[in-house]
Amino acid sequence: MTTTEPRIIPMGVALNEAMDIAMGLDEKVFLLGEDIAEPSGGVYKITKGLSTKYGTHRVRKTPISEAAIIGAAVGAAIAGYKPVAEIMIMDFIAVCLDQITNHAAKIRYMSGGQTTVPMVIRTSAGAGRQFGAQHSEMLEAWAVHTPGLKVVVPSNPADAKGLLISSIFDPDPVLFVEPMLMYWDPQYACDVPVGDNRIPLGKANIVREGKDVTVISYGKQVHDAVKAADILAAEGVSVEVIDLRTLVPLDEATVLASVSKTKRAVVVHEAVTRCGFGAELSSRIHEELFGTLSAPVARVGGQNTPVPYAKNLETAFVPQVADIVAAIKSLNK
Amino acid sequence: MATTNRPDSPDRETLVQMYEIQNKIKTTDERFRSMLTSGQIQLIYYSPRGQECISAGYAVHLRPDDYVVTIYRGLHDHLAKGVPMRELWAEFLGRSTGTCKGKGGPMHITHPESGLVVTTGIVGSGIPIANGFGLASQLAGTDQVTVVNFGDGASNIGAFHEGMNMAAVWKLPVIFVCQNNLYGEHTPMSMSTGVEYISERAAAYGMPGVTVNGNDPVAMWHAAGEAIARARAGEGPTLIEARTYRFYGHLMGDAMEYMPKEERKAAMAADPVPAFRAWLLENGHATEAQLAEIEDKIVAMVDDAVEFAMNSPEPSLDELYTDVYEEITK
Repeated sequence: MTTTEPRIIPMGVALNEAMDIAMGLDEKVFLLGEDIAEPSGGVYKITKGLSTKYGTHRVRKTPISEAAIIGAAVGAAIAGYKPVAEIMIMDFIAVCLDQITNHAAKIRYMSGGQTTVPMVIRTSAGAGRQFGAQHSEMLEAWAVHTPGLKVVVPSNPADAKGLLISSIFDPDPVLFVEPMLMYWDPQYACDVPVGDNRIPLGKANIVREGKDVTVISYGKQVHDAVKAADILAAEGVSVEVIDLRTLVPLDEATVLASVSKTKRAVVVHEAVTRCGFGAELSSRIHEELFGTLSAPVARVGGQNTPVPYAKNLETAFVPQVADIVAAIKSLNK
Repeated sequence: MATTNRPDSPDRETLVQMYEIQNKIKTTDERFRSMLTSGQIQLIYYSPRGQECISAGYAVHLRPDDYVVTIYRGLHDHLAKGVPMRELWAEFLGRSTGTCKGKGGPMHITHPESGLVVTTGIVGSGIPIANGFGLASQLAGTDQVTVVNFGDGASNIGAFHEGMNMAAVWKLPVIFVCQNNLYGEHTPMSMSTGVEYISERAAAYGMPGVTVNGNDPVAMWHAAGEAIARARAGEGPTLIEARTYRFYGHLMGDAMEYMPKEERKAAMAADPVPAFRAWLLENGHATEAQLAEIEDKIVAMVDDAVEFAMNSPEPSLDELYTDVYEEITK
């Protein structure tokens, strides 16, 4: 038997499997986006092979028209389909934000629950490949600030697969943020169960248990948080690392239980620090646990600048393992 | 006389049905405006008065399972597609018995049972969404069609361009009805639009485009009928520019300084609803008694709806938190 052997695959393959499974289960699931059909299978190859398997009517190549893509997904979702729209790069959300925030997010509410918009917007995000200021941003805070949207940011291939299947079958619109650097890099590959292994939205993952400090993160920075925890373990500091997985719904109970135990917290994300999701999280922890904290919650995030091009500047924009280590140490003074 | 006499005019029953829809819109609008000006109700109101024939002209071709998408000036489209009067009034008044439990309001009337699936307050945004309904029908292999309504102003926003192109590329069963009332908010079309006829823009997307007198019910009926038949047959979208006039400006309370007085006076003197009524009588398509009976019935219907809405409760406060997500979500 080979079923118990680990199956190490990258996030790009895991996401493809998730869509394959969802399309196989439900003919109402269809995909639309720029270049997603064969022969390219998407600029990042995430939808490779799917148009051959399911047909170009269900894996639809679109014009470069993001508002038309999201609008079509909104209408089809109201009419009973489960569209998965790909927005190639998260910065392009800016050109279809009206469809996302004014329509996908609000239609259930505005109609008093008569019409619903069960759709997924998949998008790649993050700095690190010198794509410059318009192809590198993490804009999840925009979506979190919009009631009606759910927001998912996976940190590894297994979670990406399980969370994407759940998102496709979720009754609400989901913005699914895929850290671009993790698609094909073997260092982020992991064991991914075969088949329909869903991970529910709203359940954080305690990646590493610890007792002195809680680091709360999501996406690629979870790996940096674990590296920081390794470094500090050697110095006798026990760090708990929580991977939120989903920002909306937020597993606040897991966060608060952990910080109640450690009495110290650091929130980490790649997005610009100012008004980033960490600001909300820090605020919630202070509101609930102020009297019991040993130190104020620290934030580690991107600089309050556009994402620069030059390699040294880009690296300086993105929070590094050393920044997380320094933030944790600052709480222990 | 605005109404065309054609040998292939719709049958009597259809003609009277169109008049009934027009009268329902006119009577409802008049009641809203009188109650607003007398201070009995307060709400944001975009009068559709003057544009009745357009909605009536396409609606009589539609089935309940066809979709209509419209905008904030949408009362005429709502009534034409069959949104029930009581629930419509209650929604305008923000009551729990409204179409959307009082949570959407006049700019977001939704009534899927009638096929009125989206009313948006954002200019042009209904166009890409209508494509999604068209795509759903196409994927499902049904012959349902989607009519999306918007104004002349919307033809200058990016969503129009993206949506028209996608509909043409995918041959979607969508009818784009540009209700050209000659003004986008407070700006005349001549100051905002580089073409004389918005229908000319259809050529740029590779779809048929036609300009029709939107105040001529028979001409509108023909144009809509042809476009709807083409969409049902899987032959793709059409842009219909229906020329009309907006009697009461952009928004109730608008001082209308930007609309020449003579122009408005002339348009109102040529009011298409009484003109069509007279045409029906002159051509023997209906009798005075028949039309009077319809009109009385509609007045009674509006009276009933107003009473229903005024006596309905506001939504309970817990409705604030429901319908954000399927389940209440932090």
